[in-house]
Amino acid sequence: MPDPHASPTPPARHPGAWALILAVPTACALALAYVGGWLSPQRLTPGRIVDQFQQNAGVHPGYRRNHAKGVCVAGYFQSSGEAAPYSVAQVFAPGQRTPVVGRFAIPGSNPYAPDGSVPIRSMALRFALANGQQWRTGMNSMPVFPVATPQAFFAQLQAGQPDPATGKPDPAKLAAFFAAHPETAAFRAWAKTAKPSASFATDSYWSLDAFVFTAADGAQHAVRWRMAPESVDGAAAPANDPDYLAADLRQRLAHGPLHWKLLVTLARPGDPTNDATKAWPADRTTVDAGMLVVESEQPQDSGPCRDINYDPTVLPNGIEVSDDPLLPARSAAYADSYLRRTSEEAHLPGTARVDTKPQAEARP
Amino acid sequence: MKNTTGMFALPARILHWLMAAMILAMLFIGVGMVASVSERHEWLLRIHKPLGIAILLLAVVRLAVRLRHPPPPLPADLPMLQKLAAHASHWLLYALMIAMPLVGWAMLSAGGYPVMLGASLRLPAILPASATAFAIMRHLHSWLALLLFLTFLAHLAAALYHGLIRRDGVLASMVGGSRKS
Repeated sequence: MPDPHASPTPPARHPGAWALILAVPTACALALAYVGGWLSPQRLTPGRIVDQFQQNAGVHPGYRRNHAKGVCVAGYFQSSGEAAPYSVAQVFAPGQRTPVVGRFAIPGSNPYAPDGSVPIRSMALRFALANGQQWRTGMNSMPVFPVATPQAFFAQLQAGQPDPATGKPDPAKLAAFFAAHPETAAFRAWAKTAKPSASFATDSYWSLDAFVFTAADGAQHAVRWRMAPESVDGAAAPANDPDYLAADLRQRLAHGPLHWKLLVTLARPGDPTNDATKAWPADRTTVDAGMLVVESEQPQDSGPCRDINYDPTVLPNGIEVSDDPLLPARSAAYADSYLRRTSEEAHLPGTARVDTKPQAEARP
Repeated sequence: MKNTTGMFALPARILHWLMAAMILAMLFIGVGMVASVSERHEWLLRIHKPLGIAILLLAVVRLAVRLRHPPPPLPADLPMLQKLAAHASHWLLYALMIAMPLVGWAMLSAGGYPVMLGASLRLPAILPASATAFAIMRHLHSWLALLLFLTFLAHLAAALYHGLIRRDGVLASMVGGSRKS
């Protein structure tokens, strides 16, 4: 289609020119679509991971898409100074006290799941450093993660999708998943003997993923950490009570703060930093970085942890991500979940209504 | 100060091509990082924030350059509708290259995130923490990015149209070199 306006160029040259005018922007648009994954629906994206969580447990508007059932806590971290030689992060400076807003939870996407339905508990923390930087971490009460990669994690979620006929995961699919993923062996060995604890206060919480500490002289150390509880009165979970964890926490905090030691383990060369299924040998140097003091708890639907995305890649100067492939995937999927639930909180058009009724009923 | 050279001033041309590369890279980085679960997500995110602030600063410089050195007038025989489209799309591009970084910055502020441009360089929050404000800003960031990309495509097609069909010196006024082919 030649330009209707008079032009000094011979019309014969126009078709090619018009084709170019069309082709260049089209190529740009296709390139963007490719990068955005719209041309490759099989690519694993954060959205597909979060969609699978919703497939497995339904949509619970306003709630996190995983670790949906939890409780907010607040307190502080008192640094011992023992980690300061390894990391310049202000949170580790000797005598430094850093306020913390945290959250205890159980894994799974159902905010009404019984506390005894899983043997795992989680602790998420946001340290607000005096210099304005933040350290966010999400830890689980198990020493190793079942899988090492986001792809395997997604396959595990798919295998765990309830069969519409029974409402339960298909045992054959789960068996096939574990057979195809021998790296899950260490986790399964732990899970075999693990019992749901009666209290958040008596559990240890592991970082699982590795991180890198940077010292003042620039030296880098691969690390993992765990929160080791001071409370050791571990008991079996009460039967016939679906909601004992929050009540236990409230009761304990009424008698005084709860304490955990932050134990940082330093890797030796060769210890795997990119594989959360493998524990490091027990003889590695461990540094007692200080004491986490939890002073109060608040319900998660109104407490200060509600609007915090505990993205473990939000780190202060002095702590960096390692080459662990789970970390970027956690960051990306948490961001997707955070956008979904904050959109629901904001009542944006096209989002589901925030589901508060059962929560209100469950509250005494 | 009226432009009589028929060309964009050299600083305007340098800023145009530098920012064209930065903004196009930024759109691809943004779209790529939110669609990725690999280590690309981390390093793209690390580039995205300081690059966005750099674009914001350069856009302000560019506005000043534009006020100091007005662009050459459009060809007198350009149809009115095309003139209007040219002016509207240019001001839309300016508005978006300033709005996008500000919305991104506001979005991180509202989400309660520290706005880190590097290991320890932190910008202050420009909005108080609010889940509602975060959600609105985050969606706005995506929609404005799409609008910016579509405006860029139209700008690109129009530039090629001027250079290949009309051959009226408009493309040359930004590319540089001889005015008319």
